Order: sequence, then structure tokens, then C-alpha cells
Amino acid sequence: MKTFDYSRADTPQDAVKGGAVGNTRFIAGGTNLLDLMKLQIETPERIVDISRLALNEVEAMDDGGLRIGAMVPNADLAAHPQVIKAYPVLSRALLAGASGQLRNKASTGGNFLQRTRCYYFYDTAVPCNKREPGSGCPAKEGFNRIHAILGTSDACIATHPSDMAVAMRALDTTLVTLKPDGDRRRISIHEFYRLPGDTPHIETVLEEGELITHVELPPAPAGKQAYRKVRDRASYAFALVSVAAIVAVDDGKIANASLAFGGLGPMPWRSEAAEAALIGKAPEREAFEAAADALLADAKGFGSNDFKIPLTRRTLIAVLRDLTEDAA
Amino acid sequence: MSDKHTLTMDKPVEKSLLDSGAQGLVGEALDRVEGPKKVSGKATYSAEYPIENIAYGFLVRAPFAVGRITEIDMDAAKAAPGVVDVVTDFDRFIRNSAQGAVKEAPVQGVRDVVYFGEPVAIVVAERYEQARDAASLVRIVYDEGKGSFDFEAGISHADIPPDGAAPATFEQGNIDKAMATAGVTIDGDWTTPSQNSAAMEPHASIAMWDDDGLTLYGAYQMPSFDRPSLADALGLKPEKVRIIAPYIGGGFGGKLGIAPESVAAAIASKTTGRPVKAVMTRQQVFDATVRRSNTKQRIRLAADRNGRLTGIGHESHTSNLPDEVFFEPAGIATHFLYGGENRKITHDIVRLNRMLAGSMRAPGEAVGLLALECAMDELAEKLGMDPVELRKVNDCEQDPEKDIPYSTRSFTECLDEGAKRFGWEKRNTTPGKLREGEWLIGHGMASAARGNMLQPSEARVVLNPDGSAVVETDMTDIGTGTYTILSQIAGELLGLPIDRVEVRLGDNAFPPGSGSGGSFGAGSSGSSVYLACESIREKLAKAMGVSPDDLTLKDGEAIAANRHVALRDIIDGAIEATGRIEPGEQGEKVKQAGHGAHFCAVRVNAVTGEVRIDRWTAVFAAGRILNLKTATSQCYGGIVFGIGAALTEELVHDPHNGKIVNRDLAEYHLPVHADVPHLDVTFLPERDTHANPLHAKGIGELGIAGAGAAVANAIANATGARVRDYPITLDKLLGSLPPV
Repeated sequence: MKTFDYSRADTPQDAVKGGAVGNTRFIAGGTNLLDLMKLQIETPERIVDISRLALNEVEAMDDGGLRIGAMVPNADLAAHPQVIKAYPVLSRALLAGASGQLRNKASTGGNFLQRTRCYYFYDTAVPCNKREPGSGCPAKEGFNRIHAILGTSDACIATHPSDMAVAMRALDTTLVTLKPDGDRRRISIHEFYRLPGDTPHIETVLEEGELITHVELPPAPAGKQAYRKVRDRASYAFALVSVAAIVAVDDGKIANASLAFGGLGPMPWRSEAAEAALIGKAPEREAFEAAADALLADAKGFGSNDFKIPLTRRTLIAVLRDLTEDAA
Repeated sequence: MSDKHTLTMDKPVEKSLLDSGAQGLVGEALDRVEGPKKVSGKATYSAEYPIENIAYGFLVRAPFAVGRITEIDMDAAKAAPGVVDVVTDFDRFIRNSAQGAVKEAPVQGVRDVVYFGEPVAIVVAERYEQARDAASLVRIVYDEGKGSFDFEAGISHADIPPDGAAPATFEQGNIDKAMATAGVTIDGDWTTPSQNSAAMEPHASIAMWDDDGLTLYGAYQMPSFDRPSLADALGLKPEKVRIIAPYIGGGFGGKLGIAPESVAAAIASKTTGRPVKAVMTRQQVFDATVRRSNTKQRIRLAADRNGRLTGIGHESHTSNLPDEVFFEPAGIATHFLYGGENRKITHDIVRLNRMLAGSMRAPGEAVGLLALECAMDELAEKLGMDPVELRKVNDCEQDPEKDIPYSTRSFTECLDEGAKRFGWEKRNTTPGKLREGEWLIGHGMASAARGNMLQPSEARVVLNPDGSAVVETDMTDIGTGTYTILSQIAGELLGLPIDRVEVRLGDNAFPPGSGSGGSFGAGSSGSSVYLACESIREKLAKAMGVSPDDLTLKDGEAIAANRHVALRDIIDGAIEATGRIEPGEQGEKVKQAGHGAHFCAVRVNAVTGEVRIDRWTAVFAAGRILNLKTATSQCYGGIVFGIGAALTEELVHDPHNGKIVNRDLAEYHLPVHADVPHLDVTFLPERDTHANPLHAKGIGELGIAGAGAAVANAIANATGARVRDYPITLDKLLGSLPPV
């Protein structure tokens, strides 16, 4: 039987101690890791329980931003008054994810590190480059309804499943980490995830044993916020497409736009080109379509997920229209 | 001392004792009698028996679809910590689950693998986790063979199976001619995907041997059939096997016949000398038990200008493994639901290397009406006719294929009552035109019909002088309410409060019951209890010196000839009787079926195609309702299944190897609570004297029949789009939605 060492950390420093030892996993809520371990998709040699770390505060920062401890449960973060007031896109994204029970357990830090829901990743009897580098990818030629249309590679077409991380990307979040050598790092969410390329098993820039301790949101951006998730049933399904959008209109022109997408790529997707197509334009259909064109210029379907291209276009246009309706 | 009171249903039973019972139990909306046990964890399910010295078995699956195993290398697994043994038996392991109501073993032998994930060995270890881990160390060496995975390609060389629940092939008149001469016609193909019952409790067995043979705690729906089937697989006489299954966490057909874990656990227990528990994982349930077949159904409707059908064609292709005779009888309700003198109803099987296809809730009707009832809706639209009116025009006086009457048929009454309760006259009549903000609103309806069956069933009832009674039968309660309705029937007929009746189920030590399947459980097992009680009533009447007709039993007292006498003053010791019901000529002389109608309102998001159901009304007529609460719950469950079939449920097979792609409940999308609106369910009063002495008909599967079609028709009404490929996921609607 694959045994593993288990220890419980009392402080972040404690948690990362010896963290560079190969194949360590931190466990917080365990809502994804435990399932993956039962299926032997994740086979860590060492588990460090970080669920009791004192990282469960949500604090206002001097610059007007918000600092969120990595252990704050998704349910608490979604219900936090300051989040509801200043970052409604984040609250709504959290509430669109999983179920009440899971949101009570799932942590803020862990949510960034969910593994994909690709069907083939989940079955150890078939090849998967993410699970077993170099073994192949049956999803490309198989059933790929939930798979990515942006940022894919020959090796992998899996999506990142998080809702929360999509809102975090729209909010220009920074992740704060602690490394085994005691150094702290601040990583912009825009630098945090890696495209699959030919190493789809490496999903983030985190180093071995590096622990997410906090998440920092910059001051609430100007404009209105929305999170819209499109899925196969009313609840408890991963996004086929989701849109996190923050749009400010000033004097009849779009002054600011931040757009992030779930269900489309191997990471929460952000499109500067789509945003650029909006800024300075009147909030009208032409600009919305240009944004969709820019977002989807390189989109590629693999058969059963082709529909995501028109679905994304339609959803984005509707979200932008809703956000700018009063301002136009 | 027990005698057997047997009734064969050759003639109607005009008078049911349930109508003269004084206890007032039958028909009431009573809570489940075993409910407190279930919610407090005291109801013991198959995997939960504390057995000393138990070892844990974990099935090893073939990691390929088709081929011959040349070697199973067990060395690494056997050397793993805690492993007791790795066991296989290339001759006796069963290839797949048994079908329902079958007393023989299913196809045995696993050297030649025919579907991806076929269980070929079992690892036995001291702990579950050790067995699971060691299973991943078993290496299977094989010569890969060539399989068939393409359903469409197989249609050209499909085979015609022997008759099943419905005839494989039926023709009357000439449908081609009817189509050519009809005023209005519909001709289209509908497709439905594979589905899985996905019961909450996975398949589980604990096998243990002693001098008397094998005892198996197994989550099986039909112990009186599963016993000889399991015995046959193991080369034993049936009496050497005892299956115990008092509580079952849902079946829906998936647990009708023995599944691979039962034989594997039994052989592993024999080999290791230990009791062995084998519980399937959710993924194994998806991979290696039983699915509902995918179907492709061609429906042809020929009608005159008034909507009267002159012809119905319902030609289905379904799939199954080689050597399996079961076919999804998609045309089963088409035989009797509507008139029309020219008829062709056929079923062909495409042989595919996909896991076993078998019975899942309402085999036949569940998917057949997804096609037929949408075709009827299209016909109504073409005729410019109210879809309810079209159904009523085609209601029949008698079975349209046989010269026999219906036992009862309140079909038009269900349509009328449903339309009234739903407010059908206020429905949207212009498809795609009713809009509220971003949502397109639609209304749809469909008919429900499900044939009624009776199976041989026995029960023993013991009445004690202290005014308590015990009912015993190996009938099961798979969550349906059997404990409750049998308590009600015995209490009603013996004049006992419900808490004075103890019902013991699911054990081959008891008389053989019908088992749960085909919605025949309540009528069949209930009748056996009725007959046993009738026999006891006769003995009491004799002891009182009165005619049974003059005897009233209530609250533990006998009342006759102006005397109230406590039971203990009539009988010295316990009275025991066994009742047995047998199907008879009433199964042929009349057409027995439950009927109903579904009405629903849906919203379709004009941007994304997401579908939400707002409102639901269903009306059913199915003979006497034995317990209003459990019956209503059965219909709720059926409707939820229908919603799943319409909108979300699809068991996906990989195109290259037939393997189940979405093998967990995160990706096999059953409806969640938020997908289901308030369900308004009504039963019309009905008594069916031809069905059984209870005058009750099956309801467990009636609720699903037609439910999904009502959703599809409402979507068509909302959007103007006819999607004939189930489930109607949003991608199939995108192209028909208005521009954003």
C-alpha cells in the first residue's frame, strides 16, 4: 500500500520545513486531494496538514485592498461583507462553485490548485500526459466536451476547473507564498499558472514545498462587476464557460475593462486583447463583438467542445451588455 | 403448521377485502415504517454487517476492451502489505451482471474480455485500502482483439433478437401504405444515450461459507431469482445459497441480477477461507454493472386531418454485448397507447463492445416515449391541434393490436385533470414567442403509460394471540416502501395497528417473493400477504363460529355477531398462513396498464441555451393507491429521472474503445435539487379487479414514462427548435436561439 507520512503544522514556517523533500502535498480542505489520492492519481509521500494554520483572517490593507488568509474557507470568503461590497465578482464566483458542503471545507489557497476534471486524467487505466508525462492524450481524439479551446498544446487540452480563481484573475490578485528556505514571494496571478506546452503536469510556478499563505486583492477596481457561469445543470457542475467581468464606463466610453474566463483554458484565462478592444469604445454591440473576436481569435475546438466558441461569444456579449446597460 | 393459500389470477377478483377493512391503514399517506432506522443508521445495508475475521476484496478490471488474457501477473500484488490472496477463476467469474428475473448464471468466463473494465480478478487483503492499492499492481498480459465500438456503423448488420418484454418484431396492416396515403405524417429519428441507474448504494456483497453452503449479504433486488442464479454460477444447488438483503440503497434495475462482485467475493471467500466483502467503487458501478442501452428510434406517424392515427411505426435499434438477448424494448408502450390500424414496431440489436445493457427504470417506456411523445407533439403542431386533444382523439376503447379490452383505462381523465390543474388553456401557443427578459418560456405535455405485471410471490404471515403479527417474504424494499405497504395490508386485514405488524424482508430463509422490478413488487408481494391474511381471517371466523364475511377485525379485536372479542380469547397459539399469488389468464384476457399525463413549464436562456424547469403537474391512474405518500414519492422519483433523461444524463462511451468516459457523479449529471421544481402529483381514483386482489397496479416506473418528452416538448414550445437527440444539452440549442 502506498503509505505516506502525515504531520500537522502549527505555523507556516513549520509547514514548509523540509518542504523541499520530493512529492509533498499540503492538505487544507482536502476536497480535491483526497479524491485524487483514493484514485492514486496523486500519490504523495508526505502530507502536511495545514488546516489549523492561523491563516483564516480577512483583513483590510492600508492601500485599501484586502488580504485573505489561505485557510479562509470558500464559504466564509463568499459571505464576507467587504467581499460582497467591494468584490462582488469574487463572492458570486465562489458561490457558483461546488456545493455548500464543499465550500465549507475548501480553502482559498487550495482552490487555486484544483486539478483538472478531464475524464481521462481521472482514469489510471488510460494514458494522460498530465498524470503520466509522455503517455499520451486520449482526450484530443476522444470525448472532449468539457475541454479547453484556448492555450492548449499537443500534449494536453485540459481546463482549470476553478470559479474562484477566474474572479481572482479578473481582480489582479497577488499570491503571497512562503518557501522552504524562509523566503517570501509575491506572485501575480498572471504569472502564477503555466501553459501546458509539453509539460502539462507542471501547472503553476510554485516550487517544491512552497506554500500559499495569503492572497492580496488590490483596492476595488472602478466599474461594475459580474460573474456568469454557464453549466450543464443548475448547480454542482463545472463551468462550460464562465465570465468574470469588471467594466467601468465614463462619459459614454469604456474606461476600464477586466475580463477573465473559466472553462476555456488550462488556467483562468485573461485576454488583454479583448479588453483592449473595449477600452475607449462606446459600450455598444460593435465593441462587444470586437472583444469576443479578439478573445476567440486563436480558439480551437476538438470536436465535442466546438460549441464553446459560439457559447463564449454569446455569453461575453450578454455580460458586457448587462454591465454597461445603465451607463450607455 | 402452515397451509398455502394460492390464487391464480385467471378471473377478476371483484371484491377486495381492503375495501371492507376497518383498521383504516391502506391508502393513507403514512410515513415509512423503517424510516427512523434509516435516518438513524440502524438499517444495516449489505456492506455494513460486522463479521469477524473479514477480509476485503477489490475487483481488478481489464484495462482494455477486447482481447484474450494470456497471463495475470499477481506476484507484486501478492507481495504487497496485507494481501491475503489474488483470486481469479477464468471459468466461473461472471463476465457481466445477470439480467433481471433470470435463474441462471449470466455469461461466465473472463479470459476473453469483451468490454473495457471487465472484472477479471479480485485482490483480497486485510484492509480495504490494501486491497485497492494491490489491485493496481496486478499486471494483465493480453493479446488485443478487434472490437466494435461504432453504433451507427453497426446498424447495417444489426440482428433481430428473440422476443423479450416486448415482441422483437410486430407488424399489422401496412405502415408504408398508411404513410403514403395519410393527410399528415411525421417521420423522424430520435436518439437516446446510454444511462446508468446510479443508485446511491454501490453494489456490495459479503460472502461467507459454512457447512450449509454460502451466505451472501448482497444488495440485490430479486433474491428469489438471484439465489439460483448465483448458485448456478458457483455450481451449487440453490438451497446451498442464502442471500440476505433487508435494506437496499436504491436499485432502479441496476441490482436486478447478480453483479460481478458477488461471484468474485464468493470464490475468493472459498479460496481464502475468510469471509470476503467486496464493495464496488462508484467508477466500477459505472464500468461493470449494467447500463440502459443507447437507442436510435425511427418514428412514423400517419394521421388524417382530424388527427386520428391511421398508422404508427416505431423501429428501434439498441445495443448490447455479444450473446446477450436483452434489448431495450423501446416500442413496448407503443403497442397499446394509441390506436391506428397500420402498425410496425421492431427492435434490432447492434452488437457492441460496451458494458452490458439491461433493465433500468421502465425499460422501454422510459426511452420509447421520449421519441413517440415528441413525434405526437410534432404531429399536433403540424395539424394545428392542441396536443392534449390529439391524444384524446387517439384514446382507444380496446387494445389496438389484440381483440381484448383494457382492464381499466383512465387515460383521457388523466389528460383532462392534468390540463385543468396545470392551466393548459393558458399555455404559450406560438413557439419561440413568449419571452421574459433573457428567458424563453415554453409549455409542454406528454402521455405516460406503463404495462402492469404480476409475478409469482409468496409470503408467510403469523398472527399471535397478543395482537401482533409477523410477515416474512424474501421480497425486497429498495427504497420504494415495501415494508410500509405490507405492514398496511397486514394491519388492515388482521385489524392491527401498524406498529403491531413486523415485516421481515430480503432473506432466502423466508418464502420466495417476486422481488423488486418491473413495478410488480407491490401488487405481487402485497397480494401474497393479502392471501395469507385472508386465510388467517377464515380461521378466526371459524373459531368464532361466523362466516368470514361477517367478521370485522380492528385494534386487535374480532367483532362479529354483536361480540367484541380480544384475539387472545379466540386463539390459543399463533396462527400461521402462507399466501401465494400466481399470474393467470388475466394477463392475456385484458390489457393492464397504468396511465397518466405530464405537463411542465420550462425556461430556456436565450443567450446560453440553459434550460430550467419552473413547474410540473402530473396525473396518474394506476388502480388503488396503497400508500399515498410512498406512491407520490415514487412518482417524484420517476419525474426526476425523466428530467435527467431530457436534460443531463448521458453515459459517454469513448469512440475508440467503448470505455465509460464519465465514470463519477461529478461528470455523469443527474439532476440536482436546483434542477427540480415543485412537483404536483395527483392520482385518480381507480380500482383494477383484473390486476390482483389489491386492485392496485404498478407505479414505480409509470412516473418516468413520458416525463422527459414533456420537457422536450416544452423546450420546442419555448424555442421553436426540435432537438431529437437526447439529452437536450445547451450546445444542441445554441444554433436555434435568437441573436444575442
